[in-house]
Amino acid sequence: MLMKDHSFGYRVFTATNTLFMILLVVVTAYPLYFVLIASFSDPAELSLHPGILLLPLKPYTLSAYKMVLDNPLITSGFKNTLFILTVGVAVNLLLTVMAAYVLSLKDLMLKNPVTFFIIFTMYFSGGMIPSYLNIRDLGLIDSLWSLIIPGAISTTNLIIMKTAFQGIPDSLTESARLDGASHVKILTRIMVPLSVPTIAVMVLYYGVGHWNSWFSASIYLQDNRKFPLQLVMRNILNATQVSSMLGGADTDEMARLVELIKYALIVVSTFPILALYPFLQKYFVKGVMIGAIKG
Amino acid sequence: MQTVLKTSDASYGGPARSTAFFPRLVRDLRRNFSAYLLILPAVIIYLLFAYKPMYGVIIAFKNFSPAAGILGSEWADSFGMQNFIDFFGSYYFWRLLKNTVVISITSLAFGFPAPIILALLLNEIRNEKFKRTVQTISYMPHFISLVVVCGLIKLLTADTGVIVQMMSAFGFTPVSLLSKPQYFVPVYVISGIWQEIGWGSILYLAALTGIDPGLYEAAKIDGANRWKQTLHVTLPGISGTIVIMLLFRLGGVMSVGYEKIILLYNEGIYDTADVISSFVYRKGLQQYQWSYSTAVGLFNSVINFILIVIFNKISRKLSDISLW
Repeated sequence: MLMKDHSFGYRVFTATNTLFMILLVVVTAYPLYFVLIASFSDPAELSLHPGILLLPLKPYTLSAYKMVLDNPLITSGFKNTLFILTVGVAVNLLLTVMAAYVLSLKDLMLKNPVTFFIIFTMYFSGGMIPSYLNIRDLGLIDSLWSLIIPGAISTTNLIIMKTAFQGIPDSLTESARLDGASHVKILTRIMVPLSVPTIAVMVLYYGVGHWNSWFSASIYLQDNRKFPLQLVMRNILNATQVSSMLGGADTDEMARLVELIKYALIVVSTFPILALYPFLQKYFVKGVMIGAIKG
Repeated sequence: MQTVLKTSDASYGGPARSTAFFPRLVRDLRRNFSAYLLILPAVIIYLLFAYKPMYGVIIAFKNFSPAAGILGSEWADSFGMQNFIDFFGSYYFWRLLKNTVVISITSLAFGFPAPIILALLLNEIRNEKFKRTVQTISYMPHFISLVVVCGLIKLLTADTGVIVQMMSAFGFTPVSLLSKPQYFVPVYVISGIWQEIGWGSILYLAALTGIDPGLYEAAKIDGANRWKQTLHVTLPGISGTIVIMLLFRLGGVMSVGYEKIILLYNEGIYDTADVISSFVYRKGLQQYQWSYSTAVGLFNSVINFILIVIFNKISRKLSDISLW
């Protein structure tokens, strides 16, 4: 837009647009802000002041946080999620990168059948119940591996990675092949080092997926000491009585803090993502672009 | 660099090789053995966890009992169709169908245009810093887990929650929104927009940058004001992206995501909140009616597939864009 258009209509529009954007930011951020300040507020004061809050209500209290962080299920939840995250993403990366490389090769005879074999699963699936029965059949019920192996490869991520590999100039790989390099060598010495940004996006996508997942855990796991954090949270956020939530006897203190504990829980579990998020945001956006260009 | 000379040509200077299928395959396997090995784990996983359950769908036509296993279970009555007949004739059928369609269409009608409009508005912001700040903040909810978002919704829409209290300032009697069937769809759709409008706008913003500035120039010379420019240059310019995204969305019309429904619903609001996929979850994994729930799930998948094919055909006829 080269010509500066300062007509009255334009200025009205710009003012309205700016107002709208500010409103958007407020509506987006306020629920989270509210949860934050409510988690420190005095519960009695909270119930006396329903409605919009701008600041926490005195007397401030950290009791809710103490209860959340002392709770064994929360601690085990964190540990389990961390395990699933690290092992899961490692498995995700390994399998996705290997498969993407093979699918990006030009002269493989079975490449098209295999590609079709994989893409087909994007449109057809057995459904929730047969998948569950399958996991049971394979003896993976109540094992953390049921959260890592079945979903090890996300077909969309696979396509993104394959596209990235296909973007690497053939001349590099061809000369390496002529020199007798094996596929593994080409993959590890050429393809991977040249695709680090895309691999970073993979780590983020798979990572966030693992961090936020709860449903598979809810149907495949039985021992609550194995529950990942989001599942523990879901059970607590659903409950109305604290004793069932935190697995202890109900005390008066706990009953007062029910709402506060839920707020503190939300803060504690979302904080890591929101803290890292501004720094990682551009990688996520990049991932969308790469996926979109191909798609 | 393509070469016309094939390795099977005797003049190539090597041994003449057969171009028949099997010998070629064996040669390929030998030459690229390590590559096939690299993709083997992936293939095994797809076989075990994507294809094997497809076979399990057969229990929809049987009376599955875990003790007997898939093969040992008897076939259902009416040529295996009894589970489907029961479902179509059941008390819930129309309600489930209605809810699935209503929630889907409403989400689509409001949730699909929202990111597009946001992208168009963001595109008009001159101040780069302001624009980037708004964008960064708007992406945030996308990364918050569904469990937290639904927990948030429940806390805020409770009768003492912030949102309801604000509504009471306008004369609304405070009541927990999720306890009344009539509020479920608005809560579901509006919270969906809250969570996804920012992230969803990324794609469209990228598409907007791809529009040739020359087109805007030409329009201005022809006397078009900004609104007309938007109508005749911008929207057509991103129409390709819009259609593809629409196709993706339409493909999922019948499969309303069960996770959010399950996290938000309760028995009191099944009337508007229960959809086909949440019904499958309840019947199958909570009430252990294996065959029945699989039949319902299969019905859902089939309808879904038919819809994708139809929309794809329509799209291909109307524009050149389609999923395949």
